[in-house]
Amino acid sequence: METYLSLFVRSIFVENLALSFFLGMCTFLAVSKKIETALGLGAAVVVVQGITVPVNNLITTYILNAGALSWLGLPDVNLVFLQLIIFIGVIAAMVQILEMILDRYVPKLYNALGIFLPLITVNCAILGGSLFMFNRSYNFSESVVFGVGSGLGWALAIVGLAAVREKLKYSDVPKGLQGLGITFIVAGLMSLAFMSFSGIQL
Amino acid sequence: MRPLRKYLDRLEPLFQKDGRFEKLGALYEAIDTFLYSPKDVTQYSPHVRDAIDLKRVMMTVYFAVLPCFIMAMYNVGHDANVAMTANNITSVPGWRGLFLENIGIGYDPNNIWACLWHGTMYVLPIYIVTFIVGMTWEVVFATVRNHEINEGFFVTSILFTLTLPATIPLWQVALGITFGVVFGKEVFGGVGKNFLNPALVGRAFLFFAYPAQMSGDSVWVAVDAVSGATPLALWSGAGIEAVHAAGVTWENAFFGIVQGSMGETSTLACLIGAAILIYTRIASWRIMVGVLLGMIVVTLFFNWLGSETNPMFSMPWYWHLVLGGYAFGLVFMATDPVSASMTETGKWVFGILIGVMVSLIRVLNPAYSEGMMLAILFANVFAPLIDWFVIQANIRRRIRRSD
Repeated sequence: METYLSLFVRSIFVENLALSFFLGMCTFLAVSKKIETALGLGAAVVVVQGITVPVNNLITTYILNAGALSWLGLPDVNLVFLQLIIFIGVIAAMVQILEMILDRYVPKLYNALGIFLPLITVNCAILGGSLFMFNRSYNFSESVVFGVGSGLGWALAIVGLAAVREKLKYSDVPKGLQGLGITFIVAGLMSLAFMSFSGIQL
Repeated sequence: MRPLRKYLDRLEPLFQKDGRFEKLGALYEAIDTFLYSPKDVTQYSPHVRDAIDLKRVMMTVYFAVLPCFIMAMYNVGHDANVAMTANNITSVPGWRGLFLENIGIGYDPNNIWACLWHGTMYVLPIYIVTFIVGMTWEVVFATVRNHEINEGFFVTSILFTLTLPATIPLWQVALGITFGVVFGKEVFGGVGKNFLNPALVGRAFLFFAYPAQMSGDSVWVAVDAVSGATPLALWSGAGIEAVHAAGVTWENAFFGIVQGSMGETSTLACLIGAAILIYTRIASWRIMVGVLLGMIVVTLFFNWLGSETNPMFSMPWYWHLVLGGYAFGLVFMATDPVSASMTETGKWVFGILIGVMVSLIRVLNPAYSEGMMLAILFANVFAPLIDWFVIQANIRRRIRRSD
């Protein structure tokens, strides 16, 4: 239990996907103008990340890894070279399925998320999550915890950034820095503050 | 004072539009309104009639920090003199030694004036560099961007100075305040428009860029090759026995006769500042109480939990209070009205978040024995979000009420 708890906290704060690995930057910077949309996108990322990382974990363990296909009677096959394309396929499929389910059963949430749901397909934080899962060879339950945790961390970061940007509406940024420029600086300063977690041993 | 006023009035046309020094108008305005209350008043409603304006607010904070500043000068000198006596060193190299020998005051750790003078030799150059470099940036931005120079920098400069160790190289001081002023404040448009405390941004920059000069055991005592770990570092190494073995008692730490960044050591001086700030209603007591509450609750939890391997678990809250930058950050940094939460409920949450974070970092993170700076920066980042939730809750409540 303790290992799962520490993995959960670590994936939210210490190894924050957005602010310590700078993954998913394009959506992080583009969709952080308003807190409401940032909250919606954050929730979508948590759901997608929480599904795709465990699913990719199953695929890795039972299909891709060296010797994983022995249950089919093919112990010599190593399909790890297909990893990237399969992971991306899984993410795209998951997002599509999620979209259809939301459209059918929770149209309100579907409309609120709008374009951001399909956008998640190309969010590199999602692919990054699956690749970290593979690199650190998490088992299935660890990958569930890691998926939800890292999604939550990313959501926390984008909501925080959106709040700061809403506050900065009242600031007087030099012309050349307005828009993306100041957002990059804000993201950098935020990750400076998140450095407080680096080095925490859990 | 009349000749000065006349002199300033005579100079004024030079700095106005089409004057010879039009570009430096912001500098003139700053000096003028620093010395005299501005004569221009609001012509139309709405008015707020108040004896205090932003400039007076900043100057009050400045005076509230002064006890810490004096204590810094004394403690830096005292530490150095004690180390010199203990190691049989009788002279200080360089210009500092030359000056001290010429005034002939000696290096007696029991002589208050000897300690004050010796400390001044370290504190003052750092402050002067901070002030000149930072002020240059202020003037450059004010001139180019055509806004006024604000007294806010007085506070930033003195707070930044007091968070540094005494032995820091002066070029790093210049670099740190440059980062703090430019990226912490001026890129957002100056005072009141930033979202992080500029002094802490500068310090954090130095902390991560030059850890050898900002942390460790050998940076706190201003004598070459003499090391003295901060009580916090000692405690995280071997618990209260190590702190007592180094001759540090709770009273020492409370009055500030311990190793640490220049201004942070004396809790007493910080409390004097807190009294001034709360009495004049400049700093929010909600934030201060919140920081205190958050720290006490989490510390009691850690005390109860206990740990075999980590001595920091056993540190009681009244030691947390007097060690490291806790008191200094609580009184002067956390209450920065620009980077803190703006709503009253938000201030409680903001304060408690800082208190919780500082205990978590100090106890759980072996990489940093001190956590106040990072805790405040972290809370600064989430202050706008806290405000947003408070405001949304308020909107929902009022909609319900009207239904």
